[in-house]
Amino acid sequence: MIVALNVGLVALILGLAVWAIVAREPFAAVVGFIAYGLLLTLVWVQLHGIDVALTEAAIGGGLTGALLIGAATRLRGTEAEARAERPGPATRWLAAAVSVAVTLALAACVLVLPVPAPTLAPEVAAHMAATEVGNPITSVLLAFRAMDTLLEAIVLLFALIGVWSLTPDRFWGGRPGLRQGYDANGILAYAARLLPPIGVVAGIYIFWVGADHPGGKFQGATILAAMWLLVMMAGLADAPPIRRTWLRALLVAGPLAFIAVGLVGAVTAGAFLAYPPGLAKPLILAIEFALMPTLTLILGLMLVGTPQRGDTP
Amino acid sequence: MSLAVDLFSVIAVAAGAFFFLAGTAGLLRFPDAFTRLHALTKADNLGLGLVVLGLLPQVGGVVAGLKLVCIWLLVQLSGATASQLIARGLRRRGAPP
Amino acid sequence: MTEFFLGASAFILAMVGLGLVRILRGPGDADRMMAAQLLGTGGIAAVLLLGTATGEGATLDVALTLALLAAFASYAFVKAEDGP
Repeated sequence: MIVALNVGLVALILGLAVWAIVAREPFAAVVGFIAYGLLLTLVWVQLHGIDVALTEAAIGGGLTGALLIGAATRLRGTEAEARAERPGPATRWLAAAVSVAVTLALAACVLVLPVPAPTLAPEVAAHMAATEVGNPITSVLLAFRAMDTLLEAIVLLFALIGVWSLTPDRFWGGRPGLRQGYDANGILAYAARLLPPIGVVAGIYIFWVGADHPGGKFQGATILAAMWLLVMMAGLADAPPIRRTWLRALLVAGPLAFIAVGLVGAVTAGAFLAYPPGLAKPLILAIEFALMPTLTLILGLMLVGTPQRGDTP
Repeated sequence: MSLAVDLFSVIAVAAGAFFFLAGTAGLLRFPDAFTRLHALTKADNLGLGLVVLGLLPQVGGVVAGLKLVCIWLLVQLSGATASQLIARGLRRRGAPP
Repeated sequence: MTEFFLGASAFILAMVGLGLVRILRGPGDADRMMAAQLLGTGGIAAVLLLGTATGEGATLDVALTLALLAAFASYAFVKAEDGP
């Protein structure tokens, strides 16, 4: 029964992937991609990667979908030009050949792996007690490979700066996106008043439970960002101008706190981002608390886009 | 006792799966966009609701049961609001055939 | 019991998978969005059934996340169509 389920899942995913590539209209391809993300969540559940499934559900199902829909809408005016520029058959055959070659190479690499595949999981399990967290994923992300998480947070910040760098000069420092109309009796306003309180509680819950069970700061921050975006979409709140000091302070607070903890570790425990014994859990909690608002702001602001109007409301 | 509970779960989940079938049949076969919206809500309310009802005795603990009901209520809320919004958009723009 | 839940999960997935044909055909963008919405609901049901079948309690959180963000893409779609 499981085999049938998995085969069905894979067939659906492959079909959706093909559709996302061959669809003529960008919006049809985007919807195919959203469906693809939802099914990928199921795949992760089947592979027992619940943390990854949580992240895929939050980002792939929600945020990336909204991002791509916005992009497809903005590109609607250029569809005629894009269609006129379609590459000739020779280019397309070459692209197909390269894609197939890469797929075959990947498949060969996966199939050639020794059984059992080399893994560090037993090492993690052996040393997890020192980090005082119960979820091995969290212990890897915030203790054993904390450097990677720090660099990821900084990369996200760079991505946001990259989005901002597309601002026209006259709007620099202004509010991102266009002013959203507010219909007090509208359905969207109703949903934006009812869902976010539940969403905020759920986001904080998933962040908190990440210490011992699947979850964590990134998934929680994604849910919080989605709720904030919903409030902005309904017009209940406006996007903050990007020149506000509190916004910029919160954006850098996460990585700065992370680096500060790392320096504390360098002084007291002998290496950057090492944790002195007994202080692992409080330090990890401090990093996560500092990173939550930063990640929420980054994800929310990346989706709202570049500033398109001045500072005044 | 346990047999009765298991039987209840099986019946409820099977009924829920049937309503998903109904929802899909509606989405594929109904003539226009507005009627297809109706099919969606069958799956949201009854399909997921019966599945949740059937799973309630099977999960361990009250918290898990509350989470299940919460999930169902959230899907209903978001499904209802999204359907209304899509319908208003369709009406404003004139639905395609 | 476990086998039945797995079977129900596979059945529901097959159903919403059939619904994806609407993405192919649907004459309007709204039809495509509806198919994705149905897939979201079916996915939640499948995740719940799979989680109960395998006994992993954390899949409830996955279903909770999916439920919260299920309609998000639909809201974005409606906003994009109507404009600000």
